[in-house]
Amino acid sequence: MNGLFEPFTEFEFMQRALVGVIAIALGSGPIGVFLMLRRMSLTGDAMAHAILPGAAVGYLVAGLSLTAMTIGGLVAGVIVAVLAGLVARFTDLKEDASLAAFYLLSLALGVTIVSLRGSNVDLLHVLFGTVLALDDGALLLLATISSITLATLALVYRPLVLECVDPTFLRSVSRAGTPVHLIFLGLVVLNLVGGFHALGTLLAVGMMMLPAASARFWSGDITLMTLVATVIGMGSGFVGLLLSFHFELPAGPAIILTTGAVYLASILIGPQGGLLWLVRPGRHLEA
Amino acid sequence: MTRTAAAIRFDDVTLGYGRRPAVHHLAGTIEAGSLTAVVGPNGAGKSTLLKGIVGTLRPLEGAIELTAGARQRIAYLPQAADLDRTFPLNVYDLVAMGLWSRAGLFGGIGRRDRIRIEEAVAAVGLTGFERRSISTLSGGQMQRALFARLLLQDASLILLDEPFTAIDAKTTADLLDLVRRWHDEARTVVAVLHDLDVVKRVFPETLLIARSPVAWGDTGEVLSAANLLKARRMIEANDPHAEVCDRGAA
Repeated sequence: MNGLFEPFTEFEFMQRALVGVIAIALGSGPIGVFLMLRRMSLTGDAMAHAILPGAAVGYLVAGLSLTAMTIGGLVAGVIVAVLAGLVARFTDLKEDASLAAFYLLSLALGVTIVSLRGSNVDLLHVLFGTVLALDDGALLLLATISSITLATLALVYRPLVLECVDPTFLRSVSRAGTPVHLIFLGLVVLNLVGGFHALGTLLAVGMMMLPAASARFWSGDITLMTLVATVIGMGSGFVGLLLSFHFELPAGPAIILTTGAVYLASILIGPQGGLLWLVRPGRHLEA
Repeated sequence: MTRTAAAIRFDDVTLGYGRRPAVHHLAGTIEAGSLTAVVGPNGAGKSTLLKGIVGTLRPLEGAIELTAGARQRIAYLPQAADLDRTFPLNVYDLVAMGLWSRAGLFGGIGRRDRIRIEEAVAAVGLTGFERRSISTLSGGQMQRALFARLLLQDASLILLDEPFTAIDAKTTADLLDLVRRWHDEARTVVAVLHDLDVVKRVFPETLLIARSPVAWGDTGEVLSAANLLKARRMIEANDPHAEVCDRGAA
């Protein structure tokens, strides 16, 4: 038992890491579920790429500043999300294509800016995060982002579900569809920006999509699904940090690998369509 | 439900996609409390017309006017509703969406609302299916659930786009009873249909359209062999190199 809790009772950096990962799971879990249900799972990945140059520009301007990199990432992500969303809404181009176009533009622009400065920027921590070195400012940022996410989701929950399940119906009864879609994309960006401080831009998406995809195998109810995704995220954070501590693995990848293991287990044994239940479906019911 | 003033006025309206019209220069009025069928060959612009009425498609020219308040009280059932059947939602929650105009973003769903939901579910013969996931419903059961949602919307203007396609005879008859009930309650109902027997039996008024209007009025007169042939020929005479239309240019 000591091995389970001692790292967190003995070392402050482990406590901070755990709190950070819990905060990320609280926001990213529900966001990931909605991304998955809206068939926008790859949108998170694209947005992570869109954020990278913004964070890099923030780094160039102000060095390793939490504020500058957060603002840079947010600005780049929001611009790409809004432009892609508007193009998809008002032209014939589908959202995946317009998003791909804008995030590639964003990425190219970011790389160009970095090259013009002629600086060999150390973006390792942007790429892979610093979950074991979260300071007070970073923890406050993560907690704020998860709070904003949960409060906003509570506010837009109904139209968001309607927009997911029957957008034509929503359009016929309300004009909330477009604003809700943009607000949701804003939350995706916000959570990715929060996630990159701990896990890096690329792995932050893992805390969004892997718990959500796992939760789909455990519940057929959307509320339960968001709860399961959040719990999987938190649990994976805990286990991943322990694995990292005991086996000297890089912490971010260890957390995401744990989430991946939960995903694989869910595919196998999840009661909602897991492979085990397909192989052994049980006796059929009365007609 | 008191008698309402919902009516639609087509002011020489043209609807379409890009510059190509799907509904070309339609003028006329659908009276409040009327029961109107919109018929025509495939590609005649029937579904486009409903999208124009709902407001999800802006006219290329002209206007569609609804009487005051009617736009807030439209219930629209699109063709093969672009509804995600894989979404984790049960029948009860799908039907409850019909309360949107009353409950909105934050309004609670109280005991009276729950009774209304149960009544709507019962009216379409889906009692016992409330907790069933929508992904497990057959086409007919899904259509019944969507009609229950329409019932809850308590709309003065109800637009149905091919509501009985791929539905068995019993379900069609049950849902047609609901359409008759709405008509008796003086709601305005506009339905896009292909089954001319159903149209002749249930709908007093018909708009026959083939991009441009062919005939509009009493169903018996509109659905003459000559009009139907004319509609067919108008659709077949599609011109891929059409000139710019100058009818609306003043």
